[in-house]
Amino acid sequence: MATVVTVTSGKGGVGKTTSSAALAAGLAKAGHRTVVIDFDVGLRNLDLIMGVERRVVFDFVNVISGEATLNQALIQDKRMENLSILAASQTKDKDALSEEGVGQVLDQLADMGFEYIVCDSPAGIERGATMALHFADHAVIVTNPEVSSVRDSDRILGILQSKSKRAKEGGKVQEHLLITRYDPVRVDQGEMLSKEDVCDILAVKLIGVIPESKAVLKASNTGVPVILDEDSDAGKAYSDAVARFLGDDRPLRFVTAKKQGLLSRILGGGD
Amino acid sequence: MAFFGLFSSKQKTSAAAAKERLQILISHERQNREGPDFLPDLQREILDVVKKYVAIRDDQVAIRLDRVGDSSVLELNVTLPER
Repeated sequence: MATVVTVTSGKGGVGKTTSSAALAAGLAKAGHRTVVIDFDVGLRNLDLIMGVERRVVFDFVNVISGEATLNQALIQDKRMENLSILAASQTKDKDALSEEGVGQVLDQLADMGFEYIVCDSPAGIERGATMALHFADHAVIVTNPEVSSVRDSDRILGILQSKSKRAKEGGKVQEHLLITRYDPVRVDQGEMLSKEDVCDILAVKLIGVIPESKAVLKASNTGVPVILDEDSDAGKAYSDAVARFLGDDRPLRFVTAKKQGLLSRILGGGD
Repeated sequence: MAFFGLFSSKQKTSAAAAKERLQILISHERQNREGPDFLPDLQREILDVVKKYVAIRDDQVAIRLDRVGDSSVLELNVTLPER
């Protein structure tokens, strides 16, 4: 049985694709056969973040419509042989994602022996997003400590709890909160919602806090999932999150501001 | 200036304001979400019935579902125009 993990947020630009790439690469690195699927039909970007943009021949929609086989469309990662990528279509309409078609592809991936199927949801609550949510066993809610992102995350939680397949069958999708772009210094200064604030409001179990980090842009520039930049703060924070997802108990890192000396506080330095 | 900042009384931070606003908004949105699906339809049909007898505008019928203990209270407000 494959586990479907949907990475979602409602709001755009909060780090869904970065997190999907990191999560998929992290699961593969931990030894699990993993595939990551881009559900953002029309605006694919996962291929770029994974660094496989020049190897896309067939995509998710081609497979659903029978124009290509799943084997033809799957792109095997060159860094890890147990990691594959299924790109979204650039040209097709988002309505091409039928519930039946998506379900069949997911079943087929499970039959092929993939243990984890990571679904990178598009922003919004339209078809691509609802399809990515529909089949979820787990949902990773990516949230920035910022009002509109938190509100949209709550909307997505509402959809998960009422419209997902599991919910309709009387079960529950396992929800995990992943806070990204976290800046402990600004939290200390009262300029940013703290992780506790966000957890209080959304009432979802925290799986990780990713600090605002230069490593994320660097990783996307070069097409390497940031989790593979093992020396970076964001890479370490994502590794911790993946370990927690797999059941490890790990303390949070990079969530407290470095202590300022009294002198620098008096002189107003270090801001 | 930073020196004086150390001793100034703590004002409410913008993060605290964000949290307060979100808590109010989200609890309101959750209430709507948890409400039964039939509420908008019910409101429209009641409006149609009232319209058969009295000329009223759409916004003159308000319908609300409140929870009191174990039971729900359906509150219907129809503002009739003065004659």
